[in-house]
Amino acid sequence: MQKIINKANNVVEEMLAGYIRAMKDSVASTENDRVLKYKNAPVSGKVGIVTGGGSGHKPAFIGYIGKNMVDAVAVGEIFSSPPAQMFYDAFKAADAGQGVACLYGNYAGDNMNVKMAIEMANADGISVKTVVANDDVPSAPKNERNRRRGVAGEILMWKVGGAKAAMGAGLDDVIAAAQKAIDNTRSVGIGLSPCTIPEVGHPNFKIEEGKMEVGIGHHGEPGLEVAAIETSKEMAKRMADIVLPDLPFNKNDEVVVLISGLGSTPMMELCILFNDVADILDKAGIGIYHSYVGNYFTSLEMAGVTLTVMKLDEELKKCIDFEADSVGLRQFER
Amino acid sequence: MQAFLNTNGSVIVEDLITVIQENRQYLSDIDGAIGDGDHGINMNKGFTLCAESLKETPGDLTHCLNTLSKILMTKIGGSMGPLYGFFFQSMAKKTGDNEKVNGQIFGEMLNAAVGSIQTISDARVGDKTLLDVLVPAAHTFNAYFAQGSDFLTALHEMKSAAIKGRDSTKEMIAKKGRASRLGERSRGVLDAGATSCCLILCTMADSIKKIIK
Repeated sequence: MQKIINKANNVVEEMLAGYIRAMKDSVASTENDRVLKYKNAPVSGKVGIVTGGGSGHKPAFIGYIGKNMVDAVAVGEIFSSPPAQMFYDAFKAADAGQGVACLYGNYAGDNMNVKMAIEMANADGISVKTVVANDDVPSAPKNERNRRRGVAGEILMWKVGGAKAAMGAGLDDVIAAAQKAIDNTRSVGIGLSPCTIPEVGHPNFKIEEGKMEVGIGHHGEPGLEVAAIETSKEMAKRMADIVLPDLPFNKNDEVVVLISGLGSTPMMELCILFNDVADILDKAGIGIYHSYVGNYFTSLEMAGVTLTVMKLDEELKKCIDFEADSVGLRQFER
Repeated sequence: MQAFLNTNGSVIVEDLITVIQENRQYLSDIDGAIGDGDHGINMNKGFTLCAESLKETPGDLTHCLNTLSKILMTKIGGSMGPLYGFFFQSMAKKTGDNEKVNGQIFGEMLNAAVGSIQTISDARVGDKTLLDVLVPAAHTFNAYFAQGSDFLTALHEMKSAAIKGRDSTKEMIAKKGRASRLGERSRGVLDAGATSCCLILCTMADSIKKIIK
């Protein structure tokens, strides 16, 4: 295991300590050492945006704390949901009296802990509503969409929900926009090498040299198939063939494309893949309105990539165009 | 009637802490086959925090179960934090202020544990979860006890049912949690939650044997 750590069982604590010191211009600690918030949260008059999840996905989740983005984040152990108490404390850190939109990914632990946290918040008079991301196409068939995992599409959900809240929308409108964002979004991942949870000390799954796992999850959950590694063009086609028919995306649609590395794949390869994905979309007559290419949602040091596509309408375009300032996503209004 | 003193029951939680610490790697390895390999790590973290807390403020079984529950729910996330948090909290409600814990109360503890899991999860027997251990164990204990078996005999039968339940998860297809996305590929491996639940129930039975009168 080649890692820059001190104690394997203390990596989350030490990561947070370092993160807060490095990013003190945008994030602040709270009374709960596992809850981070935007330095200006709660933002007066604005619906609070909260998310949370296991660690190991940098810049998700804490990297999306910032202006017009996420207000507070509950930070779990590596690949493990934060407990209810942390989600509850994140709700409190984000609530300015306008209610809280909790936008998170569809995993059993997160579902349970968020549900318990909402009961605690309601007892305190804090109104919390949720959107559960389920953009990962390979994780369940289309008729069981409610079983699908949330992956990199969560970033677009936060971008849209965060912008809508910053525009002054009420809780129901923020929830509706974030729900529309994820309903219009589909993702797929390809894994090229495994990752190691420091405390486990060895990879808990294998991808043989020369192979790739199509449909892999953000924690190494097995995908649809293990195939011989292909060229970027072939991978792009394979991913597009999974993502595009599922919504489906049609000719003349305008979309956001988000390509995220899974941790150790160089930016160069992400650009090569983006070029091939853009060719496929051009040929299909699907317009790329905005693109994000980089390490947006990773799985420790896994090699590989996720492709996420979101179909736009006028409301979503406005939200995507809105200024955002967070460590993981920073853009000027266009 | 066979029973043990609530004040002597702290040894049960002490034994649970030891068995989870000893099986940290084993539980993580099982979890790694179809989950993400952290079940043993997270359980060990929670139970070890509980050991530290109990060293500072010891107490009877009710206190120890409440301490364990509170730590699992506030410090340990995942799905096992809330599930086992509710599990031990519901048991502590049954031991409550009782001076002695007899077979009647222990049977109620098991039933309460089943009920508590069902309030936060819609899993059923056969879904490859800890309920595949807990439900038959509770049922077996209560059935034997109701038919006139003594506490110890009913505990012995409960252990057999728990082990059988654990082993039954091997051939099941996961319907809940992270492994449920694997469908057919989740077959052939024990469920990590069922395995830890079996360890917990068997350890409770063995500990009670040491203090029962």
